[in-house]
Amino acid sequence: MRKSARIALTVGAIAIAAAGGYYFLRPGMLPQNDAAPQLNASTQLINKGEYLARVGDCIACHTQPNGVPFAGGRAMPTPFGALYVPNITPDDETGIGLWTSDEFYRTMHSGISRTGDLLYPAMPYPQYTQVTREDSDAIYAYLMSIAPVKQKNREHELRFPYNNRDLLVGWRTLYFKEGEFQPDPKQSVEWNRGAYLVKGLGHCAMCHTAVNALGGSSEAKAFEGGMIPNQNWYAPSLTSNREAGLGNWTIKEITDLLQSGVSHRGTVYGPMAEVVFNSLQYMTDEDAKAMAVYLKALPQKDNSPPPTSQARLVSPENMELGRKVYVAQCAMCHSEDGRGQPPAYPPLAGNQSITMETPVNSIRMVLNGGYPPGTKKNPRPHGMPPFSHILNDDEVAAVTTYIRVAWGNTGTPVNAKQVNDLRTLLPE
Amino acid sequence: MKFVTTPLLGAILFCAVVPVEAQSQAADATPAFRKLDSVEARVQGCVTCHGQQGQGTANGYFPRIAGKPAGYLYNQLIAFRNGTRHYPPMNYLVAYLPDAYLKEMAEHFAAQRPAYSPQERPVLSAAAVARGQMLVTAGDPKKGLPACIACHGANLMGMEPGIPGLAGLRPAYVVGQLTRWRVGERHAAEPDCMKRIANRLTDEDISAVAGYLALQTPATNASPEPSNLVRMPFACGSQR
Repeated sequence: MRKSARIALTVGAIAIAAAGGYYFLRPGMLPQNDAAPQLNASTQLINKGEYLARVGDCIACHTQPNGVPFAGGRAMPTPFGALYVPNITPDDETGIGLWTSDEFYRTMHSGISRTGDLLYPAMPYPQYTQVTREDSDAIYAYLMSIAPVKQKNREHELRFPYNNRDLLVGWRTLYFKEGEFQPDPKQSVEWNRGAYLVKGLGHCAMCHTAVNALGGSSEAKAFEGGMIPNQNWYAPSLTSNREAGLGNWTIKEITDLLQSGVSHRGTVYGPMAEVVFNSLQYMTDEDAKAMAVYLKALPQKDNSPPPTSQARLVSPENMELGRKVYVAQCAMCHSEDGRGQPPAYPPLAGNQSITMETPVNSIRMVLNGGYPPGTKKNPRPHGMPPFSHILNDDEVAAVTTYIRVAWGNTGTPVNAKQVNDLRTLLPE
Repeated sequence: MKFVTTPLLGAILFCAVVPVEAQSQAADATPAFRKLDSVEARVQGCVTCHGQQGQGTANGYFPRIAGKPAGYLYNQLIAFRNGTRHYPPMNYLVAYLPDAYLKEMAEHFAAQRPAYSPQERPVLSAAAVARGQMLVTAGDPKKGLPACIACHGANLMGMEPGIPGLAGLRPAYVVGQLTRWRVGERHAAEPDCMKRIANRLTDEDISAVAGYLALQTPATNASPEPSNLVRMPFACGSQR
């Protein structure tokens, strides 16, 4: 039996046992509190809540493509089936209009809905649990202030056994640690603010920490990167300078990337473009800098010596094919020496996003191209065209190999099979 | 996301997404620009499919966009971004671009007047040519079909602000779009005049129109007709 299957069975057994016990101890609704709901929030509090809701990127999941913001309905494909994100506008019937700030906080902090149901961790409560009560109340005040939309929530379409919420008791025992952010007195105020945003509302770990077959992740592997389930993009490690570790970046380069989507070191693409577009571009300069300080200071876990160029693994013919394609199609923007024309066209030489172990993202960029998000600080980004219709698998493999090993880059070669696997996916 | 529903359409989309062979690449579809801080440089993301000046590429599915009314191009970019027009490679590319920038791109390509690339000339039966010619230039009163040129312009260059030119479009593209309209995959602003028309077309009508259009020699350096100079037979939301 495969190891993952064995683990799944064991966990399943524990979960079922736990669920049995839990059945009699379900959280239920919170007792009525006469003071609630508090709907006399000040403009200042609502503004603060709007800002924090941006930081938390609530809109990205709680809005259907082209739908009314926060009215829910967006399908969220997961390895366990499709989830449909709920309406969080203050409609009394279909939204959260009757929720109290206590109930809202319990959802954010403990992952338990108003009715007492356990939430699936597609809602990032394992991260939001770090959010302070004060900030949760501000977000609550903001959501109560927006226009209510009557839109009924759609039932999730999860496979058995995942459609039984009570199994989440097991999941929570294994993977959920409840608790507000505790500042580290040994660190600066700025570092602590950054840590609070990255680990809490920013919920960066949602993608940048690998998840296992049960959708759980481990604290010890925090921010070490992983494939994003169902998206086929790789979220690079934030704790390796060979991936998206920012140890060698200046603070300015990091804040540029987060706020504007482009920098002199690299450009955001794929799911990160959405995060910058919906969330990070709205950060204040102070908060962006705090995040940068924290991210730059994350301990780097590279303990093997830095790899050397892998160019020797590439046959001269293949290298030449890659170089030819590069000169014809890529050099105009990224320049022959791979230095690019940053920040418009990112450098490829020394670009961690290109040299990191998995070539998935580089291959997908060559196939589908991409535009960085249009942001307040960079409203008219330069873009890259798709090449999937011009280059065959061998050519894409050769040119991706070329940019991964040329100019002293330390990536590994790519083969045509890897390209073909990604070619069959629709761009997203 | 909802995808194509008819086999015909599926085949077209498939051809568009999956490359047939390594194709020889025309120089005017390779990334190139003179000045980094220019619209020309910013729209390099479009050129491998639509050509440097929007003239289209020598082969493949992608339409010519040069010289189409800016309002039409803008409506399409917004629809791709918002997901109301489905074509995954386009939906992906423009997903996070703001309105003002999409407008700038639309105006850029609307202002281009590149030469037409030589067209593949479809082989059509005499009956199909006659039917195509009739639908394009006169319409079919018996089926309640107005002529294409009634709205798309006497020289098929379209009409400001929202009606696209049809000159120089590939049959595969025209067939794809009309079919999408008919099956409800593509929409225009309400009242959706093209929906009314597409619903009255048979498969044979659609290939006759697409084939006949491809047999026409496009006018050089022509522009779309000015807005609402003629009364259109059907009300179109994009002209309001």
